[in-house]
Amino acid sequence: MSDTTLSSPAASDGKDSSVPQKTSLYKEDALTKKRNASEKRFQAYGITAILIGLFFLVVMAYSIISEGIPAFTRTVLTVEFTVTQEQFDDAEGQLFKTRAYEGVFTEAMSQQFQEKEIAVPFDITAIERIVGKPGNTIRQYYLANPDQLGEPVEFELAASSRVDGYLNGRLTRDNITDSRFLMKSDLDLVDVLVEGGIIQTVFNWPFITGADSGVDNPGGAGIGASVVGSLFMMLVVLFLSLPIGVAASIYLEEFAPQNKFTDLIEVNISNLAAVPSIVFGILGLAVFIQFMHLPQSAPLVGGLVLTLMTLPTIIISTRASLKAVPPSIRDAALGVGASKMQAVFHHVLPLAMPGILTGTIIGLAQALGETAPLLLIGMVGFVARGYPDSFVGGFLDPNSAMPAQIYTWAARSDFAFYEKAWGGIIVLLIFLLSMNILAIILRRRFERRW
Amino acid sequence: MPVVWLILIVLAIAVVGYVLGRGRALAGAASEHVKLHSLPSYYGSNVAMKVAVPAFLIMVVWLLAQPIIVNNSVSGLIPETAIAEGSSRGLVLAEVRRAASGLDNAVAAGIMDEDFARNARADFNDITTRLRDAGQIVTSQITQPILRAAQEYRILNSTGRLLMTIAVLLAALAGAAWGILESKPNFRARNTVEQGVKALLIAAASIAILTTVGIVFSLVFNTIEFFRLYPALDFFFGLTWSPTFSGRGGNSELGIIPLLWGTFYISFVALIVAVPIGLFAAVYLSEYAGPKVRAVAKPLLEILAGIPTIVYGLFALLTVGPLLVSIFGPDGVGIMQAGTAVMTAGLVMGIMLIPFVSSLSDDIINAVPQAMRDGSYGLGATKSETVKQVILPAALPGIVGAILLAASRAIGETMIVVLGAGAAARLSLNPFDAMTTVTAKIVSQLTGDADFSSPVALVAFALGMTLFIVTLGLNVVALYIVRKYREQYD
Repeated sequence: MSDTTLSSPAASDGKDSSVPQKTSLYKEDALTKKRNASEKRFQAYGITAILIGLFFLVVMAYSIISEGIPAFTRTVLTVEFTVTQEQFDDAEGQLFKTRAYEGVFTEAMSQQFQEKEIAVPFDITAIERIVGKPGNTIRQYYLANPDQLGEPVEFELAASSRVDGYLNGRLTRDNITDSRFLMKSDLDLVDVLVEGGIIQTVFNWPFITGADSGVDNPGGAGIGASVVGSLFMMLVVLFLSLPIGVAASIYLEEFAPQNKFTDLIEVNISNLAAVPSIVFGILGLAVFIQFMHLPQSAPLVGGLVLTLMTLPTIIISTRASLKAVPPSIRDAALGVGASKMQAVFHHVLPLAMPGILTGTIIGLAQALGETAPLLLIGMVGFVARGYPDSFVGGFLDPNSAMPAQIYTWAARSDFAFYEKAWGGIIVLLIFLLSMNILAIILRRRFERRW
Repeated sequence: MPVVWLILIVLAIAVVGYVLGRGRALAGAASEHVKLHSLPSYYGSNVAMKVAVPAFLIMVVWLLAQPIIVNNSVSGLIPETAIAEGSSRGLVLAEVRRAASGLDNAVAAGIMDEDFARNARADFNDITTRLRDAGQIVTSQITQPILRAAQEYRILNSTGRLLMTIAVLLAALAGAAWGILESKPNFRARNTVEQGVKALLIAAASIAILTTVGIVFSLVFNTIEFFRLYPALDFFFGLTWSPTFSGRGGNSELGIIPLLWGTFYISFVALIVAVPIGLFAAVYLSEYAGPKVRAVAKPLLEILAGIPTIVYGLFALLTVGPLLVSIFGPDGVGIMQAGTAVMTAGLVMGIMLIPFVSSLSDDIINAVPQAMRDGSYGLGATKSETVKQVILPAALPGIVGAILLAASRAIGETMIVVLGAGAAARLSLNPFDAMTTVTAKIVSQLTGDADFSSPVALVAFALGMTLFIVTLGLNVVALYIVRKYREQYD
């Protein structure tokens, strides 16, 4: 390649063209050929490396989306029927109360089948395998809303996770085995019900808003409570790491004299940035729980640990944005009589603020996805069943956080929870993505180049 | 009084002090017909600072110290005989705390009155049943010494709280009085406030040192405790890892060698994946790619670095593992038993490290002076020859530093190995075997209710110490190499 470039001025000149040449410079000899081929190869390696990286990215994105989307839909069986006061009294008077309601339910189902002209034989046990035990749900509803008696009510009963799996393709007729959970024959009934519009797939709001369920109920598990846990943790991180980080950076960048103490701080910060996150978890366990007896699994403790972890990130980015403010700003402020402190707080800091906020958001996004330290302070191994009941409780009551919840689901043996874990990852990534986009917008909008 | 209220009261005193201090300085200036030394707000800030800083300092120190003091004095109340066989003082103390919080909750719920809860001679069987009725968790029958200790614990705690409230409020009021009396026109308020702010800045910067000290202390003390219970030689040179939780871990074998082997094997596989791909990507992006390609490819690659490790862990467990099993498993080559293996974790960790290696190397390659490239081109070298014979040798120390940093990342990585590498500690050469790592074992030994007196839990701190020292060593060497190299061309 370089040979040809060298020859081009001579060729375009045209002066020397009369001089006979044995070989044209345009003609590659063996060595040039070899060198050019190696050049091509080298370039191809580079392109391949980048393509491999992007390929992995695409594969990951694909598997997250394809495995996680089913978590956002759920299968419900919609039945509209009326329970009269007599039926209610009659059922409440019986020994097996829920069984009595199931009788009412079955009656309503067959009525609806007749209306839609569906002819399929079914018994209550098959229905139970599809929707669990509907009797209790119905009974609870009427006990809570006695005024609805005698009115037609539309019930949305959640289908079991195996029916869910059949409808979104996780289970097929070939790989299903008869069990007390689902029989092959039930699938015929499911097919008919789907055709008749009685079984429908709807958006899974309970997954977004709900709390975790026990190990035996993957269908009812939701991520809402752990989103709240993460939120409280991020509040702690934000309100501790932003002021501390900014204060530390201001000291190091603007006031610190060149001495051993400053050096010590600098070395510590750069080393802390590279300490594995699990070591911060050990620190949290030993200092906050073993030593200070703060409550286990509390978002407050998680927030404290993550604060210590994000501080180096925030300090490094804040120092970079303080450094980017030109010295002339400081000089001008000092020149009109401001003290050093006033120059920094009134002039340098406001100008560095967009950069500081960008760095903080990126640090928060990192902290939001961090899992390992949370495992050590006890955010796994229990079921986060509900939302905190007060603001202070949000910090102190045991709760899960999004990544810890995802880990808990992934560690359970029931395959149906894997779907939840992927779905949880989609929720987590949506949060991370929006935080990063916010950071980019902030940077684009407010960044000043001097 | 809850701490939140105390904080709010102190803040309120600070605000009032601000207003009063500012007003007094202004009034003084008006009556004496002199100019204020500083802006009026500085006089107010001076008062607020003198209210809030000492008060909050006392509060934080008190909150940290009180549990330790209370625990120590309560611990003295428990006679040796009350500690059951196979139990420990720590466990009994935990029981005491549970009983105390049970009493607290029962009082709050109105099931007991305060006198009853404090009455030392109360029938303990009765208390246990009452606590059970109140829905409090009582793990076992509360014995007389535990009940006595729990009652003492409650009394000490509530007295401590009361004393703290008084001390904090006194400090706040004294600070306010001091600050307000100082607020005369010729008082150098700005200098005082700025000194205070500077002290706060220094304190914030020192948190980095405190964190390191905290890490070192929490590791060192527990590690020493562990080596008291378990011989250090067996830990460092033992070839078997088989903790048994029965018998308080008395007959566990806790050798670190299999864990270190798994750690280094997985990291090695990860580097084999990440280094060539990352390096070639960096060379291409910095030497060949046009600005447009660079603007698209570089951020896309860096997305890989922003993905949380739990996502990679799940990807390893549920996508890569089953894929590898279908190729190398019993149906294929037949050398892989299950989805969790060194190869699974190593491969996924390699993907995670690609952007790390590529962006670090990219910086280093860009730092090689343009003159060296121009010199090489001038001699007729092709681009690839320049890269291979001029740029890479010049950037080599930096690249080695980058690889060391990546290695330290790989060794400290937790979630990918917890989910992807398996739980069996074994010494094997087959990369398709399940192995486990230092980080994965730290998680498994410390998750759940750890009893900090058995070697089975304490070993995690020794593992953490090893991990901390190894990664710190790698980082120090890497940073030294990178820094030294950077200075060469500056």
